[in-house]
Amino acid sequence: MIKTTPFHERLDQLNESQRWGHWSGYLSALKYGMSPKHEYFAVRNSAGFFDTSPLYKHRISGRDAERLLAGVMARDIRHCRPGRAQYTVWCDDRGFLLEDGVVFRHSESDFLLTAAEPNFGYLSDLAGGLDVTIEDVTDEFGMLAVQGPRSRTILAKLAPEVEKLSYFEHTDAKMGKAPVTISRTGYTGDLGYEVRVARDDALAVLDAVIEAGEGHGLRPFGEEALLMTRIEAGLVLINVEFSSSRYAYTDHDRITPKELGLGWMLKGIDADDRPFIGREAIRRELAERTSRWATVGLVVDWADYDRVYDQAGLIPPKDETPQEYDSMLYDDAGERIGYATSLMYSPMLQRHIALARVRPALAAAGTRVNLELTINHHYETVAAEVTRLPFFNPPRKMA
Amino acid sequence: MDKNYDVIVVGGGHNGLVNGAYLAKAGLKVLIVERRHLIGGAAITEELRPGFHFTSFSYALSLLRPDIVHELDLVRHGFMPILMPSSFAPMENGDYLLLGQDRDENIKEIMRHSPHDADAMDRYEHDMERVCQLVKPLLDTVPPNIFGGSPEDIQDTAELVKHLRGADQKVVHDLVRLLTGSAADFLDDYFESDILKGYIASSGIIGTKVGPMSQGSGMVLLYHSIGEHDGHFGAWSFHKGGNGGFTQVLARAAQAFGAEILLNAPVASVLTRNGEAVGVVLEDGTELTARTVVSALDPRRTFTQLVEPRELPGDLVENINRFRFQGTSAKVNFALDGAPRYPALGDRTDQYLGFINIGPSMEYLERAFDDAKYGWYSQRPYIDCAIQSFVDPDMAPPGKHVMSCFVQYAPYHLKGSDWDTERETFADTVQATFESFFPGFGDLVLQREVRTPLDIERTVGLTEGNIFAGEFFAPQMYFFRPAPGWSQYRTPIHGYYQCGSGTHPGGCVMGAPGKLASQQIIKDLRVREGLGS
Repeated sequence: MIKTTPFHERLDQLNESQRWGHWSGYLSALKYGMSPKHEYFAVRNSAGFFDTSPLYKHRISGRDAERLLAGVMARDIRHCRPGRAQYTVWCDDRGFLLEDGVVFRHSESDFLLTAAEPNFGYLSDLAGGLDVTIEDVTDEFGMLAVQGPRSRTILAKLAPEVEKLSYFEHTDAKMGKAPVTISRTGYTGDLGYEVRVARDDALAVLDAVIEAGEGHGLRPFGEEALLMTRIEAGLVLINVEFSSSRYAYTDHDRITPKELGLGWMLKGIDADDRPFIGREAIRRELAERTSRWATVGLVVDWADYDRVYDQAGLIPPKDETPQEYDSMLYDDAGERIGYATSLMYSPMLQRHIALARVRPALAAAGTRVNLELTINHHYETVAAEVTRLPFFNPPRKMA
Repeated sequence: MDKNYDVIVVGGGHNGLVNGAYLAKAGLKVLIVERRHLIGGAAITEELRPGFHFTSFSYALSLLRPDIVHELDLVRHGFMPILMPSSFAPMENGDYLLLGQDRDENIKEIMRHSPHDADAMDRYEHDMERVCQLVKPLLDTVPPNIFGGSPEDIQDTAELVKHLRGADQKVVHDLVRLLTGSAADFLDDYFESDILKGYIASSGIIGTKVGPMSQGSGMVLLYHSIGEHDGHFGAWSFHKGGNGGFTQVLARAAQAFGAEILLNAPVASVLTRNGEAVGVVLEDGTELTARTVVSALDPRRTFTQLVEPRELPGDLVENINRFRFQGTSAKVNFALDGAPRYPALGDRTDQYLGFINIGPSMEYLERAFDDAKYGWYSQRPYIDCAIQSFVDPDMAPPGKHVMSCFVQYAPYHLKGSDWDTERETFADTVQATFESFFPGFGDLVLQREVRTPLDIERTVGLTEGNIFAGEFFAPQMYFFRPAPGWSQYRTPIHGYYQCGSGTHPGGCVMGAPGKLASQQIIKDLRVREGLGS
């Protein structure tokens, strides 16, 4: 039987379209109204809220919790002070990505890891004799992402603490009588927060947020709008941009953090002596420059795109629904040089954009590539240009 | 400030800004002079009451050419069109038509009114899109001079003929039916439902002194369907911060390319010497020199006020004098204490996220036009409302709203009275009409802004308050806009150009006249002075 999240009762009432998907065993709204694009605009122009409760929540606590995480996560958790959070990845011995997630540090010895997949067994097996407890607290909390330029104004009406939260900081607060944890995190690349609340208080907190959002253009948004924002934000998605090395059959389906564009997490691993899983392989990859791919943004040449469709007698389609499958990339000689993993028309940028993987030599911003499309049931290519990620990065995100 | 420029653009409306931005991008030293204290012409947003931002005139986007967004890098300067997810059309019997983004839902909604029309909508839209596809390239090219004999003119005319000859027979026929016929005749072929026909036909009268049953309304309908905003034909949006927000973006883009903007600087006239433009003189006597002067004003001001008509060929002056302006639309804008209530929808407000169309049947629209034919404003007017604060919280304080109402018909020339006398009575008529659909509306009104055609003329400078800087009539379009022989943005005065909505392809916040004029200017400068490529 499919489960529902602690917010479901209210979200069900708000969901005009009744389009639900299944996410980690929970009902999750694909969209609320008939126009996911309008939900997307709410996030970019005012504010939206998204139920992110289905994420697996791992509570990792005990005297050695930091030691465990420092030995597993590629990014050094020791640099994460209590009250801060870290986006991180963990890898296998060969330096291939297993998964990504966010670690919230509550105290010296208390952490919460949210991730798309369960990692309870994996982490427990690695704990060995350490003094650390790994618990599944997924069902104990609801998590509500409130994202967009008005998110701060709305939440500050309920918990003034948010005014002072910096990017990736979190704080305990109260909304009404309910204790909550508010973090300045999200998956939209915009100013935004996530509110974690105990299951029994979830509906009251959601109602308070909805009320605080009145007159501020606050709307619920579903997965379809979220996926649009995450591409603009240049954020990778499991089973789209990467698969877990654990379940891959060939190395074609494996990727390293560096190859996935997360090289910034690995700065300084040469200098320190922290052992973590995959460290040697990653160090070697960086030293010997053996990365097979670079993850880049692509901006499709709009004039070429329109030209190709116009010539075919078609109206150039500009669909904001992400195409989350491989679209091949070629150089001018017709040589295959990579592939786009997510392609969409961005209403904010008024262009087609894609997250893509190219040979590292072609990763410099400004490099021209040719993107393959199917037009009138034929393969055609249009010109595109490599660009830096993220595509959309408003100053308010971190200000 | 410096007083010598390569180009002076007279008028800081959206076309003047687009023109100036392109010319600055080409490396020219550009000054845009604006009579008022703010940039934007008719596309402005003003905070007329603390926290309430009014779009006094132009209020939505659709026809803006997508290439301008890209070439002027507008996204970087804050371009943000918020696409409308729905259209709401109240009916006189209390029912309504509410169309949204979901095709199946729309079919169900149309079937409530007429099962016959359920599939008609798709057929209509498909046929219309194919006509738009055919016409679209003409929006992005300078009209050919079919009267000219130069190799270039002959080539341009041949290109046009080639373009049309390549088209499908049905599409060309539909095009001619739209260009010459009425919206009513065209729509009657598809639909039977009054509300659907009224809703669609409303786009056939906007800004123009025609009723849906008048010939010529077909062309206006086509015009309002051809915007390809956000990549979708016929899509409309509210720009963040209203249309004034949009022109602010354009101004920033123009300035980023190096253009200067001078406010509070009404131009008295264009200075000419030996038949050549050499600058402008401001009303305060300041002289500014430039080898190129571009008028972004309407044709009457361009040809009969900024320059001496005596310096122009007689046939041009005659054509400009006969050019029809006859503005017929007005704005009545409201600051509201809360959301209007539509009884059939209870406390719902999601119907207000796009246009609200008060034009429940073609007969309603035609009767509204009847009043205008005989020199009076409509007693039951057509109203196109937009409550922008529902999608853009920056427009009004939380829980409050701003509502823009485009009203037709309001003819510039009133028989036996004048607009200064009728202004408030007219606005009362509009408010009463709205009240009849939304009972209790009057209690919500905190403030009312009335902009009659006379106000539009006085404030923005559009002759007779015509929102398109000249009527959308076939004899005033394409290679006849604004006058036969002068549709290529040049004027008989060397170095003096026109780039306003009175030139091809015309009005609405499209930007195409500004862009096409800039291309023409750059081309001529290359010939004249060897401007680098």
